[in-house]
Amino acid sequence: MQALFGQLLIGLINGAFYAMLSLGLAVIFGLLNIINFTHGAQYMMGAFVAWFLLTKLGIGYWVALLVAPIVVGAVGVIIERTMLARLYKLDHLYGLLLTFGLALVIQGLFRNQFGSSGLPYQIPSQLQGGLNLGFMFLPIYRAWVIVASLIVCLTTWYVIERTKLGSYLRAATENPALVQAFGINVPRMITLTFGFGVGLAALAGVMAAPIYQVNPLMGADLIIVVFAVVVIGGMGSIMGSILTGFGLGVVEGLTKYFYPEASNTVIFVVMVIVLMFRPAGLFGRER
Amino acid sequence: MATTITSSEPARAARNLMLVATAVMAIVLAVAPVVGIYPVFVMKALCFALFACAFNLLLGFGGLLSFGHSMFLGTAGYVCAYAAKSWGLTPELAILLGTFAAGALGAIVGALAIRRQGIYFAMITLAVAQMMYFFYLQTPFTHGEDGIQAVPRGRLFGLIDLGNPYAMYYTVLAIFLLAFLFIYRIIHSPFGQVLKAIRENEPRAISLGYDADRYKLTAFVLSATLAGLAGATKAIVFQLASLTDVHWTMSGEVVLMTLLGGMGTIFGPVIGAFVIIALESYLAGFGEWVTVITGSIFVICVLAFRRGIVGELAAWWTRARS
Repeated sequence: MQALFGQLLIGLINGAFYAMLSLGLAVIFGLLNIINFTHGAQYMMGAFVAWFLLTKLGIGYWVALLVAPIVVGAVGVIIERTMLARLYKLDHLYGLLLTFGLALVIQGLFRNQFGSSGLPYQIPSQLQGGLNLGFMFLPIYRAWVIVASLIVCLTTWYVIERTKLGSYLRAATENPALVQAFGINVPRMITLTFGFGVGLAALAGVMAAPIYQVNPLMGADLIIVVFAVVVIGGMGSIMGSILTGFGLGVVEGLTKYFYPEASNTVIFVVMVIVLMFRPAGLFGRER
Repeated sequence: MATTITSSEPARAARNLMLVATAVMAIVLAVAPVVGIYPVFVMKALCFALFACAFNLLLGFGGLLSFGHSMFLGTAGYVCAYAAKSWGLTPELAILLGTFAAGALGAIVGALAIRRQGIYFAMITLAVAQMMYFFYLQTPFTHGEDGIQAVPRGRLFGLIDLGNPYAMYYTVLAIFLLAFLFIYRIIHSPFGQVLKAIRENEPRAISLGYDADRYKLTAFVLSATLAGLAGATKAIVFQLASLTDVHWTMSGEVVLMTLLGGMGTIFGPVIGAFVIIALESYLAGFGEWVTVITGSIFVICVLAFRRGIVGELAAWWTRARS
């Protein structure tokens, strides 16, 4: 029983990261029509910024939660302005190829600099320790990650679906030319959206740093799983991305308990099944 | 429709040029080991050239970007290596079996992936390939991280000993040239024309009565089968089938070769493969810089060089003549 709850908890944590990463991908895709292959590398960069702040400058976790997304998001803005912006008139596949190349460059540079073994990152003192719930032991940091990512996801959902800013965003997703005609600076909105999506990945990276080790390749395989999550959920709905992310994390956790051999592949298997019966994804619509 | 296109005057000139270029390529490759170019390098490049040509058939002419083609290369390699080593099949049978396995996998994956288009197609193929990677990592017959080692090269048709480097070299060359001509034939067949029409405008092709999904699936299976041929041949040449060939980096590499050489061109993937393989063996001592350089080439190609080497040369040639 202990083990089952333990795996469920790990599943929820993984799900929290899937949700945050697929949310960022979905927001970027909605406006830019680009699948950001660098997302995994940017998640890794977030973790590295946090590690760098702590070990080199002595700046702790809470500041890193704020600084890392801004730094990595700014890098994202530069990438968008200097490179991606040239590709909007072309086939969307070029965006995928460009960001794939960038991911290789970034991961290669980090591996040159830091090697491929993981670097440890301490859990902040306020979040150390755990609670004994009777049926399981709950480390406080892990509970924090789940709660914090839920808050982040739901805030994003609220901003996009319920505020005026979000309504501009949704309108620009539907018809950018028309929105621009109404006097809204769509190119700037695109840039900031990309920066925001990338920042979300970096935030997930900071939160992941104390759980997984900080490693140049920590995002490389993760991003492929997140792609599968995105295919399963369909990118049409923000809430859909959040639910699919957490749901698949739990499915993965349960698989680890009941049939560990399949835990690496279960999300891909789910993807295959969903594609057979609902090609547009659980929450998606055909485009 | 196809006949009117191929019989027109410029098209005939283009075809003649094509045949001359193929002949030149065949001769250069045939004399390469005699004049002292390291045969193992050329064999490796030829396997990847075939892999890239197979990939280009799908991307360049079908407009479908598969980000999981490593699964066909790797699957064929594993099946071929296992058949040659554990069942003692002759190399040509082992290669055929591996190729067939890749084709069968292609039929299943293709039927699934063509349900979505564009970016989703790329993500689905990538995800399925990752699933296959984990499968090969865990299943016992592939020996996990070690791979299937010491695969016997055996005797071709039970007669020719492929342990002889020249016999091996010319076998690989023959396989490559036959497959290359086969791909050329596919592209210039009525089937290839319809495929291009679907790439340009799928709804219109459908409205003209073509079953677009069936054409795309056929192209996918053909591409997977030929990629499998490359993987199986590679397994015999290097006497090894390993996880490297099923990893997603391999899928990225074949995209890069095609992009660099020129997608949608006949010779582009061959040139792209030779350049990348040369670059990799040259930079082998530089560790992770290879990844950085590969990634940079990707970025440069996409930003400044989208037609690739052959595409740019062709465009330059057209400009210079007019």
